[in-house]
Amino acid sequence: MELLIPSAKERRASRALSTAGYYVGVILICIPFVFVFLWMALGALKTQVQNTASPPVWIFAPTFENFRKVFLANQFLKYIENSLIVSGGATLLALTLGLPAAHVIARYRQRGLALGILVARMAPHLSYVVPFFILFQKLGWIDTYASMVLSHLVITLPMVVWIMIGAFEDVPRELEEAARIDGCSRWQVLTRISLPVCLAALATATILSFIFSWNNFIFALILTGPERRTLPVAVFNFISGDEIDWGGLSAAATLITLPILLLILFVQRYIVKGMTAGGLKG
Amino acid sequence: MAIRAKAQSKSSLAVQTPRTTGLREFFERHFSRLVPLPAAVTMALLIIFPLAFNVYMSLHSWFVSSTTPPHFVGIKNFVEIFGKDARFWNAVWITVKFTAIGVFLQLGLGLAIALYLHRDFRGRGIVRTVMLLPMVSTPVAVALIWVVMFNPSLGVLNYFLSLLGFKPLVWLGHPRTVLPSLILMDIWKWTPFMVLIIHAGLQSLPFTPFEAARIDGASRWQLFRFITLPLLRPTIAVALIFRTMDSLKTFDTIYVMTEGGPNNASEILNIYVFQTGFKYFHMGYASALAVILVVFVFAVNLFLIRLRERSWSY
Repeated sequence: MELLIPSAKERRASRALSTAGYYVGVILICIPFVFVFLWMALGALKTQVQNTASPPVWIFAPTFENFRKVFLANQFLKYIENSLIVSGGATLLALTLGLPAAHVIARYRQRGLALGILVARMAPHLSYVVPFFILFQKLGWIDTYASMVLSHLVITLPMVVWIMIGAFEDVPRELEEAARIDGCSRWQVLTRISLPVCLAALATATILSFIFSWNNFIFALILTGPERRTLPVAVFNFISGDEIDWGGLSAAATLITLPILLLILFVQRYIVKGMTAGGLKG
Repeated sequence: MAIRAKAQSKSSLAVQTPRTTGLREFFERHFSRLVPLPAAVTMALLIIFPLAFNVYMSLHSWFVSSTTPPHFVGIKNFVEIFGKDARFWNAVWITVKFTAIGVFLQLGLGLAIALYLHRDFRGRGIVRTVMLLPMVSTPVAVALIWVVMFNPSLGVLNYFLSLLGFKPLVWLGHPRTVLPSLILMDIWKWTPFMVLIIHAGLQSLPFTPFEAARIDGASRWQLFRFITLPLLRPTIAVALIFRTMDSLKTFDTIYVMTEGGPNNASEILNIYVFQTGFKYFHMGYASALAVILVVFVFAVNLFLIRLRERSWSY
């Protein structure tokens, strides 16, 4: 009988063991998701010989030659600038257009507009490429910031509006009514009362639409040439040559990923909520 | 007063309008119609124009490279697509396989991982960050790294297989292994999305039904099967809808990794539309394909949304 009942010490030991086991499981789950990024970073720090070694090299003296090459041999700085302007512009324009619209949809029940934005969320980007290409070619806007910013609104505007509808709906009506009674115009209710309450959602909407515009490949692929090319297309061009420059490719991929990593650290708590905006409530 | 205002108009904000003059009063009175106007016009131009233009172009034949302008051909493009185009039907089949198998596996894995992580432990924040990375990372960049890892002779995946005593695979290089390889990459990128949604759903479940069932002597499997799973149904429905919606939009990763090859074995509809328009420059035909694509995607999404309203929610 004594043997069957573990002592306090044994119990603690077995609990510690099962906790350790649990953590091993957590780490095993995380490994595949981290590994791809680790492999990207390692590839960026290896020479071409180390990158094409078989079996793979795990321990080596890191070199920054790949990064230097990426910046020198390509117009990488220009592509970074293009990406920043296009994504920044499309995000700012989406906020300007989308915030008031989202407020009105949330408060005055404009179903039609909400539906239109859901359609934009569903439509595959490939249904836009032919019309956009022909339209912007007619306008002479191929390889310009204008066509890129406008086409990226397809990504950023629905994102901003959907996230902000949810946020504005959560603002207590009493708060807005009190402001109205105190003499605020409807516009002032939005800018002075509702918006300041929704700063977390605003940050999420801004960062998510920036990231998804930053990531977009298809519109730049058809609408830009060498002048206004954005980073995803520039990175893609690394495999179009005869011999793949593995280190340069990894370095370029690392450079395009780093800003995203920094951005999501600010709003990671809200990202999934933002990506499923409009779906998690009834 | 406020209650009466609520009863009279749809908006509870319709408390007395302060006395103002002219333009300001006009703006104030028609606020709900004027304010969203710029966004509405923009959305109309960005959605309705392209969709309508696709329908218009789909009834024409036009090669970008030729000097002859588009000419009207009626429904010829559609007749050809549905009647003779084996490559189109192949693309439909590949799209269905890619989305159905991918989303199903992501849901299963996501559910299992979310259940495992549904417990208080140190470092949850780190795990969440790790899970967020694949889904927000640039598709082109991570797809290129997967190309490197998939490389048959030098890739690290075949190295791992050899360590485990398996034969190396050609991954993206063979029609039979290319789709599973792409689905594997998609699982890597999007399982975390399922994990995070389901995890949030698990955390908002009520405690009492579990307590009651445990007192009644339910086993862990019974708890999961008869309490957790039914309560999670709305969450799972949302996850499935969003994932299906986005899976049907996949283009970047597959285009970067295979361009639809080898032998069109990974050519989903999106890739076929792109190749028709921007490799063969057959714009009319590409538009007709795009119209079919939009109808197909909307039909699938509406079906799922209706299904959710009818039977998956309470």
